[in-house]
Amino acid sequence: MADEPSEPILELRGINKSFGPVDVLKRVDFSAYPGQVTALVGDNGAGKSTLVKCVSGTYTIDSGEYLFEGRQVHVHNPRDASSLGIEIVYQDLALADNLDIVQNMFLGRERLKGIVLNESSMEQSAQETLASLSVRTVKSVRQRVSSLSGGQRQTVAIAKAVLWNSKLVVLDEPTAALGVAQTAQVLDLVRRLADRGVAVVLISHNMNEVLQVADRIAVLYLGETAAQVARSEVNQQQLVELITTGGLGTDRPGATNGVPA
Amino acid sequence: MTTPESPTTPREPDVQTDAANERAIVASTAPVEGGTTDYLRNYVRRLRGGDMGSLPGVTGLIVLAIVFSLAHPQFHTIFNFGNMFTEGTATIFIAMGLVFVLLLGEIDLAAGYTAGVASAVMIRLMVGYNWSWWGTIPAALVTGLLIGFIVGWLVSKVRIPSFVVTLSFFLAFQGVMIYIVQNGKGQKGDIRITDRVVNAFANEQMPKWAGWFVAALVVAGYAAVKLLAALARRRQGLAAEPIGVNASKIAVLAVISFFIVYLLNQNRAPNKNPVAQNVNGKIVFVKPSIEGVPWVVPVLLVLFVAGTFVLSRTRYGRHVYAVGGNEEAARRAGIAVDRIRISVFVLSGFMSAVGGIMIASNVQSVSVANYGGNTLLLAVGAAVIGGTSLFGGRGRLIDAVIGGAVVEVIQNGTANLVNGQNSSAVQFIAVGLALLLAAAVDALSRRRAGSTGMG
Ligand SMILES: Nc1ncnc2c1ncn2[C@@H]1O[C@H](COP(=O)(O)OP(=O)(O)OP(=O)(O)O)[C@@H](O)[C@H]1O
Ligand SMILES: [Mg+2]
Repeated sequence: MADEPSEPILELRGINKSFGPVDVLKRVDFSAYPGQVTALVGDNGAGKSTLVKCVSGTYTIDSGEYLFEGRQVHVHNPRDASSLGIEIVYQDLALADNLDIVQNMFLGRERLKGIVLNESSMEQSAQETLASLSVRTVKSVRQRVSSLSGGQRQTVAIAKAVLWNSKLVVLDEPTAALGVAQTAQVLDLVRRLADRGVAVVLISHNMNEVLQVADRIAVLYLGETAAQVARSEVNQQQLVELITTGGLGTDRPGATNGVPA
Repeated sequence: MTTPESPTTPREPDVQTDAANERAIVASTAPVEGGTTDYLRNYVRRLRGGDMGSLPGVTGLIVLAIVFSLAHPQFHTIFNFGNMFTEGTATIFIAMGLVFVLLLGEIDLAAGYTAGVASAVMIRLMVGYNWSWWGTIPAALVTGLLIGFIVGWLVSKVRIPSFVVTLSFFLAFQGVMIYIVQNGKGQKGDIRITDRVVNAFANEQMPKWAGWFVAALVVAGYAAVKLLAALARRRQGLAAEPIGVNASKIAVLAVISFFIVYLLNQNRAPNKNPVAQNVNGKIVFVKPSIEGVPWVVPVLLVLFVAGTFVLSRTRYGRHVYAVGGNEEAARRAGIAVDRIRISVFVLSGFMSAVGGIMIASNVQSVSVANYGGNTLLLAVGAAVIGGTSLFGGRGRLIDAVIGGAVVEVIQNGTANLVNGQNSSAVQFIAVGLALLLAAAVDALSRRRAGSTGMG
C-alpha cells in the first residue's frame, strides 16, 4: 500500500501555535497521503489534538504553511475545512442522540424536495454508504443514535465522512473507549476507508493498533515533530522510544521527513 | 437498547459477498412485507427503552375520564363535553408554543403573561380606539412575536438563562398588563369584549355540516399523507409501516373525529325549555340551543397541522431537534444555533398571543385575573404530561393537545366533584401532582434510555 505514495493531500510545514506564553506547536511538519493511514502519535500533551484543531480550522495557525492538494490554503473556521473535503471525527463524536442514523449523517446538509425533507433519498444514500463500507453491525438506519453502542456510533461518524466524499478524514482516538471486538471493527473500517482512496489520519495511544493499521507514522514530542516514517521503518520498541524521548539514540529517523522509503 | 442478538457481540469474520451484506442491512431496517407483529414488537421495545411517546398521556386521559364519569354524572353530559373544548383549548395553544421552547431544553415562564399583554393590547385598541377584530387580533399577535423576539435575543445573544429572563418577564409583564388595562382611552379594569368575531371563537359554533366536513378533511388528509408516504417508500425499496398499522391508525382517528363531531352536533344546552327572548321589540319564545363544533377547534387544527408539518417535515424542524439533542453537534454541522434559539421563543410568543385571545374569547372579557400564574403552569403541565421532555430534544405538538386534554379533564372534573370553597384548592393540588408525575415519568424514561442506550 505504502509503496508508491502520490503527492500528499495535506502538507503542513513549520506550523507554530501558541496560547499566550505557551508554545504548544513548534515548527511542526506533517503530511497525509491519499489511500494511506497516517498515525499521529505522541505522549499526553504532545499537541496532537491541537494540531488537529489547526487542521480543522477550530484554531488558526500563528505561522507556517498549510498546503492542501499542493496549494496553499487559509483555513479560518471549520466550514473552510469541510468545504475543502476535510472531515474530523472528534472523540466526543458530536452526534445528536435523539435523532436517528440517517438524520445524523445528513445533519446540516439535508436533502430537500421543495421545502420538504427528502427522507427516502437520504435514507437510501445512508444505507448505501454503510453497505459500501461493509458495515454489518447496524440493524436499521432509522435507529436512534442513543440506542447504538460506542463502536456503532464511531461507525456512523466515519460513515458520515464517507457520505460526504471527504478527501481527508481525521479520527481523534476513535478506539479509546471501545472493547476488543469493537476496536477491531473500527480499525477494519479505517482500513477500508483508506482503501477507497481517502487520506486517513488516526490519533491513537495504542501501539499495537498503530502498528497494525498504519502505513505511515508521525510522532509529536513536546510540540515538535520527532519523526515521520513509514510503518516498515520502525518497530514497537523504536516507536515507544520516539514517543517518550523524541529521538532514537543516535540516529533520528525524523530526517527521512515525510517520504516513506 | 440492545437487541437480543446484540451487535456488540464479536462476530467471526465470515466470508460473505458485499451483495449479501447489503441485503442484510436493507432487510434488517424494518419489515417490508406483512410485519404487523414485527411492528408491534418494535413498539414494545421502544416503550421498554424508555421512549413512551403519547402512551402515558392517553392512558391518563382515559382513566381520568372514566373515574370522573363514575364519580360525578354531571361530568359526562354533552354540555360539559362542549364546555371542555372552549375552556381547554387556550391552554393547548400556549402549550404548543412551549413545545418548541422545551425542545431546546429551555423554558418560557412568561408565556402566561405574554398572553395577557397581547390580550390587553387587543382590548385597549378595541375599546379605546374602536379598532375592529381585523386590526386588534393582528396587533395582539404582533405583540406576542415581539415579546418572543426580545426573550429569545436575551437568552441567545446576551446569554441569560431562559429561566431567569422569563421569570423576570413573568413579573414585569404582569405589571405591563395591569398598566394597559387600567390606563388609556376607554373602559378600565375588567373590560368586556363587544367584538363579535373575537367572542365567536369560544361562543359560537360552526354549522353542523361544516363540522362533518372538517372531520372528513382531517381523516382524508391524514390517510393521504400516511398512505402516499408508505407507497412511495415501498416503491423505492425502503421499509415502510405495515399497511395494517396504517389502516388501524386511520380508522382510530376516523372513529374519534366523527364521534366528537357527532357529540358536538347534538343540542347541548342544559335547559331545553323555551325561554322568552326580545327579538326586535317582540317577545318570542325560543328553545335554547347550543350545537355544532366551536370555532376555536378549526383554528386549533390549522395551527396544529402547520406546526407539526414544520417540526417533522422541514429542515428548520430537524434543526430544532438537533439543537435540543446536542447543541455542539448542531453547531459543528453548521446550524445557526442562536437563530434557532431566538425563533423558538418567537413561536412561543406568537402561540401565547393566540392562547390569550382564546382565553379572552371564552370569558368574553379581558381581566388580569384570567392570566395569572396557573395559565402558564397549566400549559407547561400540558406539554410535559403529553410527553414532551423537560430536558430537550423530545416532543411533538400532539403532546400539547393530549396533555391539554388531560389538564382540562382534571380541572373540569375536580371542579364538578368538589363544589364550594375547596374546589380550586383541589384543582391546584390535582394538576400540580399530575405535572409532578409526568415530570417523574420524563426523568425516569430519560434515565432508562441513558442506561440502555450505550452498549
Ligand atoms: N486552549 C489552550 N490554552 C492553553 N494551553 C492549551 C490549550 N489547548 C491545549 N493546550 C496545551 O497544549 C498542550 C497540548 O495539548 P493537546 O490537547 O494538543 O495534547 P494531546 O497530544 O492531544 O494530548 P492527549 O494525548 O492527552 O489528548 C498541552 O500542554 C495543553 O495543556
Ligand atoms: Mg488529545
